[in-house]
Amino acid sequence: MTDTKEQVATSKSDYEKFMERAEIAAAKVSTIQAFEEAVKYAIDLCLERPLNRYAISDEQVTTEGERKVIAAPALSPSEYELLKEESAAHSIDCLDSGMRNHLNGVDVGLSYGDLGLAETGTLVLNCPNEELRLATMVCEYHVCVLPKSKIYNDGYEAEEQLRKFMLDAPNYTAFITGPSRTADIERVLSIGVHGPLELHILILED
Amino acid sequence: MQEAKSLKTYRKECQESLDNEYLRSALDKFAVAYRVGRDKAFSEIDVEELVSEVADMKDETLKSLDQYLEQFARKAEEAGVVVHYAKDAEEANRIINEIGTKAGCQKVVKTKSMTAEETHLSHSMIDEGFEVTETDLGEWIIQLRDEPPSHMVMPAIHLSRYHVRDLFSEVTGKQEDEEIEKLVKVARHQMRRKFVEGEMGITGANFGVAETGSIGIVTNEGNARLVTTLPKVHVALLGIDKLVPTIGDALSQVKVLTRNATAQPITSYVTWVTGANQCGASEGETKEVHYVLLDNGRREMVADPLFSQVFRCVRCGACANVCPVYRLVGGHKMGHVYIGAIGLILTYFFHGEENAKHLVQNCINCEACKDICAGGIDLPRLIKEIHARIQDKDGQPIPSLLLSKIMRNRKLFHTLLRTAKWAQKPVKGEDGFMRHLPMMFFKEHDFKALPAIAEKPFRDIWLEIKPRVEKPKYRVGLFSGCVQDFVYPEQMVAAVELFQDHDVAMVFPMEQSCCGLPVQMMGDKKVSREVALQNLKAFIGEEVDYIVTLCASCASHLKHTYPVLLENNSKLAGQLSDFCEKVIDLSSFVHDVLKVTPEDFDGDGKKVTFHSPCHLCRGLGVHDAPGNLMRTAGMEYTEAAESEVCCGFGGTYSAKFPELSAQLLNNKLDNVEDTGADLLLTDCPGCIMQLRGGLKKRDSAMEVKHTIEALAERRKQQKK
Repeated sequence: MTDTKEQVATSKSDYEKFMERAEIAAAKVSTIQAFEEAVKYAIDLCLERPLNRYAISDEQVTTEGERKVIAAPALSPSEYELLKEESAAHSIDCLDSGMRNHLNGVDVGLSYGDLGLAETGTLVLNCPNEELRLATMVCEYHVCVLPKSKIYNDGYEAEEQLRKFMLDAPNYTAFITGPSRTADIERVLSIGVHGPLELHILILED
Repeated sequence: MQEAKSLKTYRKECQESLDNEYLRSALDKFAVAYRVGRDKAFSEIDVEELVSEVADMKDETLKSLDQYLEQFARKAEEAGVVVHYAKDAEEANRIINEIGTKAGCQKVVKTKSMTAEETHLSHSMIDEGFEVTETDLGEWIIQLRDEPPSHMVMPAIHLSRYHVRDLFSEVTGKQEDEEIEKLVKVARHQMRRKFVEGEMGITGANFGVAETGSIGIVTNEGNARLVTTLPKVHVALLGIDKLVPTIGDALSQVKVLTRNATAQPITSYVTWVTGANQCGASEGETKEVHYVLLDNGRREMVADPLFSQVFRCVRCGACANVCPVYRLVGGHKMGHVYIGAIGLILTYFFHGEENAKHLVQNCINCEACKDICAGGIDLPRLIKEIHARIQDKDGQPIPSLLLSKIMRNRKLFHTLLRTAKWAQKPVKGEDGFMRHLPMMFFKEHDFKALPAIAEKPFRDIWLEIKPRVEKPKYRVGLFSGCVQDFVYPEQMVAAVELFQDHDVAMVFPMEQSCCGLPVQMMGDKKVSREVALQNLKAFIGEEVDYIVTLCASCASHLKHTYPVLLENNSKLAGQLSDFCEKVIDLSSFVHDVLKVTPEDFDGDGKKVTFHSPCHLCRGLGVHDAPGNLMRTAGMEYTEAAESEVCCGFGGTYSAKFPELSAQLLNNKLDNVEDTGADLLLTDCPGCIMQLRGGLKKRDSAMEVKHTIEALAERRKQQKK
């Protein structure tokens, strides 16, 4: 490695590095000024993408008559109200609980990230809340709002935070870097096996 | 899964892999792509520092293993986990089956876990009546074929999209498309129902964090998240070697693991589960969580001072990724359950001597695995040690016994070589190659022409040419090794000529013999030690600054293995370290010590390329000296693709596995011929034998020489 390359890499702010690395990991990264923009982003994405559902019993899977769904179990009450209102205007359903009744698929999962790790473009979600966990796992498209101030250089820098999460047991902490992927067939990289097909990170200026 | 009962059957099975064109091309592509990807993934990181950091951390953990296990279990229990200890595979499987039965589970969803493969957990549960679904795409594919994984990280690397299409078509009952994106979506759809219906989730763990009682699971697909969330019961099966003291330690391990395994800076998901989390499917909304900590031979292994380093293995699979033999035969022939270099070792400890005894012989000792290991484990040495232990117990096979008997007696060995010179007369051609080999001896060895024994060994020539050097700048002891002494003495002569020009005084102690590597490779440590002692004694009393050898394998063996072989000989400890210190390979001596310059040579712009012997580039860490020397001597040097990959000689390996040796040679020759060079140089007489023989068989016009010959031929004769 040349010195110049190293300098470029280290002279970048954690924020810039996070954006760059998350995109290398196939996440789509944008910057927003307020949560309202995240609501609009999630709804637009939900409208743009096709509706998809999975057979989870012998019953045939059908998408006919199905309404699109945004799952957002861990927003503040006022944020959720806003989302619900805006979604309703576009005939999109919202839910903040009951994820186990929607395991046949939801379109968008909307969440907050707890930490960002710049070195690898990783989102950290502290999610002992099962509803939140499921929303980010079974959604087709995951939209995650990450406050800019929560971006650390790497896991070591965030180690104290991580320890705090885990010592507050029981705990479920997820590192998420890009969408679900596999290379198990002929080592060809394919996106979207069991988890979200796309990961959208909205960095919130704070 | 490799379980051949005889070496002959094992060789036959390896041949089947060689004939599997899909496997071969897939593994070839992977081997090349992996190197590029890995370099990129580590481009901002000091790999050596990271590897030694992880190695030190694991070594320290091992020292207080029981304390960390206790802490991990206590923390986990405080967080609501039931912790179990299993002394062997059978006990682990029994515990897990009982957990399932007691909780009234029938449908089990699993993530990929080598530890579960190790205990054959799925089979055991299916036998007990559970319905077990592997949810990792690769694992599901091989489950549908009822096969074990062929790679620790990419279990279905031996299969093509067409295999997968046919398997999936059977599952869905309709003809599926072979497009990979579509096949992945088939798995996505099929698996969703399995996740939802799963009552018990089984995972492995990449680490257990003692300070928090957490487990960490490293995955890409996202199945581990679902398996640890949806079912009402979660069981994690992990070896006691997965313990790390802190979260920071686990982070270091992730850093090296994902980069070394799949050249990713990090995987899509790293999931940290601490305690019994909220679960809508469980009674009381709290999941039933069990950790099963498995020994199964681990304690015995780490109690051994030599094998304790295996505790550092992070199961990245890189030792297979770079193994030239794995690349030819694939994982089903290169391991019982665990695969690659580490697989050969773990098979012995986890699955017994019977399953390991043929496998451990299939190491060509090229050290590529040692070079790439995320834990800095000396894999080739451990493999040789297991081979030796098995032989000490079971007795040596006859050819190896004969070799040992001959090698321990220098005079007998040299007399035999001199006699062989006469015996080969009727079959020796004008060109110095054996015409028709006595077939009983070399039945499967006709992929290369073998050289004949020289008219006069170097030790006889030396007495005639020994130069007088008036004012020596350096005093050098020459170590010829048996091949340069008896087969290629002209290479030694070339060295003497060039050294003389540079005012190097030389001695050649007559009591020296073979370096001992061949007997070591055959697994005879005792004779290996005797030969080492003999060579050491031959040089004691010689006042030299350097001990130069033209054979990289000899150099590496003298320098790095002698201290190990003779470590218990306290009387000679001082002389031994002095001896080892002085050993240097030819290229390094000419490049770093003599510091030759273009003025020393009459260059001719000859197009030349280089094969880097395993024991030069990896054994001695010499990468640039030979290329620089070629340019200094006025040759036009082009680097060949994969110039540091083994040529397939491997000493006695090529006699034991001729089919594999031949294929490695073919790959090598394709790469060197692609450079368009007229001359191929290398720094090891064994490699020369292999390469020259192979090119001769191909009727290639390319010449093969030792680097010293090319240098000596181009030196300015009238310098003085």
